Amino acid sequence: MSQIFNRSSNALARISIFGVVFLIAFAGWAFDTLNRSGYMTRQGEVREQPVPFSHAHHVGALGIDCRYCHTTVETSGFANIPPIKTCMNCHSQIWKTSPTLEPVREAFRTGGTIRWTRVYDLPDFVYFNHSIHVNKGVGCETCHGRIDKMALTAQHPTLQMSWCLDCHRNPEKYVRPRESITTMGYEPAGNQGEIGTRLVAEYKIQDARTLTSCSTCHR
Amino acid sequence: MAEEQNVVMERPEPHEIIAPGYTFSSITDQIASVVQTKRTPPFWFLGFGLGLALLGVFAISTTLLFILGPGIWGLRTPVMWGFAITNFVWWIGIGHAGTLISAILLLLNQKWRNSINRFAEAMTLFAVACAGMFPILHLGRPWLAFWLFPYPDTMGIEPNFRSPLVWDVFAVSTYATISAVFWFVGLIPDLATLRDRAGNKIARVIYGLLAMGWRGSAKHWSVYETASLLLAGLATPLVLSVHTVVSFDFTVAIVPGWHSTFFPPYFVAGAIYSGFAMVLVLAIPLRSVYGLEGLITDKHLDNCGKVMLATGLIVAYAYILEAFTGWYSGNIFEAAAIHHRMTGPYMSSYWSLVACNIIAPQLLWFKRIRNTPALLFLSSMVVLCGMWLERFVIIVSSLAQDFVTSSWGIFHATRWDWGVFLGTIGLFLTLFFLFIRGLPMISIFEVRTLLPHAKVDKEVAE
Repeated sequence: MSQIFNRSSNALARISIFGVVFLIAFAGWAFDTLNRSGYMTRQGEVREQPVPFSHAHHVGALGIDCRYCHTTVETSGFANIPPIKTCMNCHSQIWKTSPTLEPVREAFRTGGTIRWTRVYDLPDFVYFNHSIHVNKGVGCETCHGRIDKMALTAQHPTLQMSWCLDCHRNPEKYVRPRESITTMGYEPAGNQGEIGTRLVAEYKIQDARTLTSCSTCHR
Repeated sequence: MAEEQNVVMERPEPHEIIAPGYTFSSITDQIASVVQTKRTPPFWFLGFGLGLALLGVFAISTTLLFILGPGIWGLRTPVMWGFAITNFVWWIGIGHAGTLISAILLLLNQKWRNSINRFAEAMTLFAVACAGMFPILHLGRPWLAFWLFPYPDTMGIEPNFRSPLVWDVFAVSTYATISAVFWFVGLIPDLATLRDRAGNKIARVIYGLLAMGWRGSAKHWSVYETASLLLAGLATPLVLSVHTVVSFDFTVAIVPGWHSTFFPPYFVAGAIYSGFAMVLVLAIPLRSVYGLEGLITDKHLDNCGKVMLATGLIVAYAYILEAFTGWYSGNIFEAAAIHHRMTGPYMSSYWSLVACNIIAPQLLWFKRIRNTPALLFLSSMVVLCGMWLERFVIIVSSLAQDFVTSSWGIFHATRWDWGVFLGTIGLFLTLFFLFIRGLPMISIFEVRTLLPHAKVDKEVAE
């Protein structure tokens, strides 16, 4: 009886046995990389807005404090988007004929609003409260990055759960004094480990067990 | 090594495990002709058709389940483990007999296993496939089942390793892997036989690919024997460990009726009990349809019947001990759990399982019953029903009535509970009938070693 397979099948068989291992490993790696990439997380992605508002200009160049517009960030779970009136405090005086700002003026005239596109969109099953983070020494910059350098606003972190847990497991690595909450480009005055540990005690930040319990964020 | 062989050869092979008059070639012819024939018996179409029909029921039930969620089942607080977990434990228990036959009986040098190990192992694989689906179907979001495995996820968390449900994942996936590898390795020499006998080119290529270049050289056989023993060694502890871990799902919880230290041996015995019942349910029709009474002899059925009797007695002991513990513990909740089982809303299930698992199998003491295939088939069916009821009663009656009277609630199965359960029976039948049509259901080369000539050759060589 003639041979069914050519002699080269032996080599193919061996290659396929080892090849499968690499193929599975590669598939796993590729899946994981894709899963953590900006393509999936939208990290670093600029969302299109009705008005191209520049934090770099308002915060970085003009030095306006975050809380001038986001007034409720220290007292409310939601860091508010300012009303049109806040914009018009200045823009009734400067750039008052700029075509870019026409939607703002129109909203002011008609009493309407501008529908901004949310940049940090957490899933609905996550409970997040701005005030607790701000009051316990988590700086704006820690989550929002160097907003003073963003011409158009982009999502700074991955917003994946592991990113949340990085801090909830070890808050001392990230907390800063309350005075420096809005500071951009904050550098700890000394060893962050020591300062962080002291601040965690001072601000009565709860232990990792409480901070990482399911119902802390999934209520 | 030579000494060991002497021991084997000094023990004369009982004639009952293979009918007289067989030769090497007639064994190969008979087993291979079941697969390599143009004529498929009507029995096959009947069984396969039934399997496909039930598989359709499975497809409908699970599609609806995925769309609407587990609320289509009768699961209501407090009974959140109903048919799905019952079926899981039942199916995985059935698988255990295949591993016991193929691994433990191989290590114990029980030659009679050679004639039944192949299809018993296939039964194991398909039963594990059915079992493995239930915990996943039971999840509210089954598409996230991969969360059960510890992989570097983006959530930064791991499965809870203190939970027996995670131990289950490892126990069952290990079991499925080892069973599949063991089964496939055991098939290789027979696949080569089929390759060499195949008439058409496509069959030759398919069997040839699967046979992985097996030529039957002395070196091949030596490597094969080593691999087979090593795999048997790996599979042996699984016979005990898998159902032990399954029983931990219950014993680790504090629910009265579950929280008990004798569950592991009780579950393992029950698993082997139902597994051997399934082996008989499959073997008895198969051997009569395909005329394999010469290979799967009355002696095999007799042995399986004896194993069933022995494990059935262990299970009976466990039932008695369960009742005794309820009384002797002095714990009112334990006592109440037993009391509810015997007299409560599930008493009909409880007493049926006592009748099926303890009383009916006592008939197996009689040799005449063990030697009547029809009666043996019937009692195996009774045991399969009984063992399903046993798991149902343990799971559901314990949950329905626990510590707080105000939270009691009765489980009512819906048609979709039954649909998924019958559906997995369909899956099992479909896979099994495909197996007997495409692969040799009895191990050709292992049965050939049972022939007296196989021994003569060895003695001459020595």
